[in-house]
Amino acid sequence: MIKIERLTKNYGSNCAVDDISFEIEKGETVGFLGPNGAGKSTTMNILTGYLSASAGRVSIDGIDILADPIGAKRLIGYLPEQPPVYLDMTVDEYLKFNYELKGCTLEREPHLAEICEVVKISHVRKRLIRNLSKGYRQRVGVAQALIGNPPVIIFDEPTVGLDPKQIIEIRSLIRSLGKDHTVLLSTHILQEVQAVCDRIIIINKGKIVADEKTENITRVVEGNRRFNVKICGPQREVLDTIKSIPGVSYAELLAQKDGDACTYMVESEFGVDVRKKLFYTVAEHDWAMIGLESLGMSLEDIFITVVNKTEEDNPVAESGKRNKSSAQKRSRRTRNTLENDLADTLVKDAEQKRAEAAEEVSDEDL
Amino acid sequence: MLAIYKKELRSYFTNPLGFVFVGIFLAVSALLFSYTTFLSKTYDTSSYFLLMIFVLVLLLPLLTMRLFAEEKKLRTEQLLLTAPISLTGMVLGKFFAAFTMFFGCMLVSCINFIPLYVIAAAERGNLSYSTTYVGPVTAQIVGSMIAIILIGAAFIALGTLVSTLTENQLAAAIITMAAIFGLIFTSLISSFVPVVWIRTALNWISVLGRFSNLSNGVFDIAAVVYYLSLTFVFLFLTVRVYEKRRWN
Repeated sequence: MIKIERLTKNYGSNCAVDDISFEIEKGETVGFLGPNGAGKSTTMNILTGYLSASAGRVSIDGIDILADPIGAKRLIGYLPEQPPVYLDMTVDEYLKFNYELKGCTLEREPHLAEICEVVKISHVRKRLIRNLSKGYRQRVGVAQALIGNPPVIIFDEPTVGLDPKQIIEIRSLIRSLGKDHTVLLSTHILQEVQAVCDRIIIINKGKIVADEKTENITRVVEGNRRFNVKICGPQREVLDTIKSIPGVSYAELLAQKDGDACTYMVESEFGVDVRKKLFYTVAEHDWAMIGLESLGMSLEDIFITVVNKTEEDNPVAESGKRNKSSAQKRSRRTRNTLENDLADTLVKDAEQKRAEAAEEVSDEDL
Repeated sequence: MLAIYKKELRSYFTNPLGFVFVGIFLAVSALLFSYTTFLSKTYDTSSYFLLMIFVLVLLLPLLTMRLFAEEKKLRTEQLLLTAPISLTGMVLGKFFAAFTMFFGCMLVSCINFIPLYVIAAAERGNLSYSTTYVGPVTAQIVGSMIAIILIGAAFIALGTLVSTLTENQLAAAIITMAAIFGLIFTSLISSFVPVVWIRTALNWISVLGRFSNLSNGVFDIAAVVYYLSLTFVFLFLTVRVYEKRRWN
């Protein structure tokens, strides 16, 4: 539905979007994730025809945005970062204006009423937009994007400035839209993408650094690959026993003590849940397990790792290498690569944390 | 285009601006008309029309200053530019909304001529015979009206262009006034220039220089084409400004 090929945008010498490619299938809900200034809004503005790209192609449902801008724009409902509302209009007037502006052919009154119902602004239709709160203005902006029932809906940070209840409402709205629309939404809030998107594209400094199904990322997050266990028993024997359990890739004794129990950090291999086995093994030896705490990686961790990783890498060499492979390959990393990358960083991360913990303990001892 | 035209026209009357414009325009035109004809005891309307051009310099920027400057400030231009309409349609919609306001006011101000004709008719009735024609020359009035409306269109197009260049409405208004003054005074400046070809060139582009034929009731096709092409050039540049901005 949306196809971006080797898109580049330069503002003077500043490169906002650097040779990105991705494709969004019909009916997908995709989260566009990245820190501030990563190029999210620029990409969306190019997608919607507000800006032109310095290089590359954008097509919506096969229609090139440069060759037939009006045809392509007709397929898109766009909510920019700041809802583009006229303060001196009432909600009703604004929606009618948009209805005419978009040359909508659906029957007007029922269509507008339906949209107002969906975004819950029916009771403010007679009010001036100037007098509405930020949350309601945002909803009016969403309503505007839905007029004409476009197949592609693009939201730029739709939940910024809303209260928690409104955020939940907007999210559930986006989820319901995702059922029969292609939705692209940008955000820097990670729970948001996790909550509503099928797929996550992480962008940093104008480059795509990860492009994954949400469930894959979530699996990594919730994989319980790393946890602390507290076991009462002889330290060395316990540690050896844990290490001998199949599926455990790493185990270590931590310096924290809880009564007569010691804390061990256990890391399992990918996709293996060793917790039950661990429990029974420990029980067989008649040692008591008094605590099991998951150290799963949060989405934030993933985000920061992925973003930092690309910053550490030599960007020039990487982009050169990437250019050679096909666009598809470049953007869609296989699940294994991502997981391996993450595993690497997890181990590094763990080492660092252990080192810190050891330092702390030794400080205390002194 | 029609949606934008309607929206702009409506917004003139949801803001005080439209009322202010109509009110001042009609008051000033009536005042000037009384001074230049009734109080000067003449049927000659040429000085009225000449003064009206200067009134337009001050009033038309009021209509055009907010056209694009406000959209830019409120970030609503993003809505228009991502809507399935052409840039030309967007610019023309706004231009014609401002032009309609001006055109409407010009038409309404025609009621100023009624008392002039009434007085002329009364005077003709009192005279048993007359060797010269008494009363206003309709051809002159119609010609001047056409000329003023065309000049106004050019000024509005210029104001539309200026409005795209800034977010600040006040700046847009002041720059527009300055630019229009520039257009008007080229003929004045030209009389101080000793070089003949520069003087000819300045006279050729001068707005006022082309006004005389039409105001004398002679249909000067060159002048009409000149005013229309001036309007076209400014509107074309407005579209180009937006086209250019996308590529920045």
